[in-house]
Amino acid sequence: MTDPAAAVEPGVDVHEHAGIGDPNAHHHTPEQIRSEMRVYITVFIGLAVLTAVTVGACYGLKLPVHTAIIVALIIASIKGFLVAGFFMHLLSEKKVIYGVLILTVIFFIFLMSLPISHHLSPFGS
Amino acid sequence: MDAHASVGHAELEILYNVHPRPDTGVYNAKLGIWLFLASEVMLFGALFSSLILLRTGADTWPRGFDMLNVPLATFNTFILIVSSVTVVMAWSQLRLGNLKWGRIYISATILCALIFLVNKGFEYGHEFREHNFPKTNNFFAIYFTMTGLHGLHILGGVIVFLYFLGPGAKMWSHDPERYTNRIEVVGLYWHFVDLVWIFLFPVLYLM
Repeated sequence: MTDPAAAVEPGVDVHEHAGIGDPNAHHHTPEQIRSEMRVYITVFIGLAVLTAVTVGACYGLKLPVHTAIIVALIIASIKGFLVAGFFMHLLSEKKVIYGVLILTVIFFIFLMSLPISHHLSPFGS
Repeated sequence: MDAHASVGHAELEILYNVHPRPDTGVYNAKLGIWLFLASEVMLFGALFSSLILLRTGADTWPRGFDMLNVPLATFNTFILIVSSVTVVMAWSQLRLGNLKWGRIYISATILCALIFLVNKGFEYGHEFREHNFPKTNNFFAIYFTMTGLHGLHILGGVIVFLYFLGPGAKMWSHDPERYTNRIEVVGLYWHFVDLVWIFLFPVLYLM
């Protein structure tokens, strides 16, 4: 079998290194990998702190419902960004993965808009 | 005869199992897991959408922290965050060629998952003793459905991790890069499960 990496079309670099955390770069140096591990620990600390902030604000302070929803969802979105961006390496992924996710987001937004459309509908209860 | 067998084997070999495809830039298993995760987004999205519909349509809706055990759920949130770090550290150790530490981190991930499930069992047990079941009201119906489905995903992850810790680890001896990629793929799944909990926790327990 021929080496797939050798059959790359012109202009396509399958081993390109797009920065820390590029999951498709197969030949990271040990120092680069250890550097990524330090980033993971930093992200972990950030996630733990944000969890404490969410619980402290919504449970400790017993915020009103609307405020609690806004605060909790903003913090959850930041945490989601950290997990997806760093742990799942979406900050440095390939276009095909972004394409899949953009399509998913479009359908997800449609799904989330269904309850809203229900309440806007004159036929809604 | 040998030449024929050799050619046959080459023809059966799965292409781009380890190295990225030239057109996509990723190996096939990674594209596969992302497509699967896209379907999972829609699965959990449908339940989140149902929750919004039930909550906004109800005359009254209980605050999660009045009904559920927030300290235990907070501890579980922390446990899942730890497990996300251990799985990404396992992948990093394998990329460094360190199978021993890779397996230690995979074991730590499994331990975190089991702690999460045991805590969930305690939580469910408490609710059942309080006579709170899925049929009790819409709050508990959506609570048990969403956390139950999430728990099944945790269980699925544990089974896959156990495979790669046990019999699946033999792959390392003849194809370490492929084994490393497999841990990356199951790690992506695991981070998604963590991601779902990041939104489930405040939506069910804190609002």
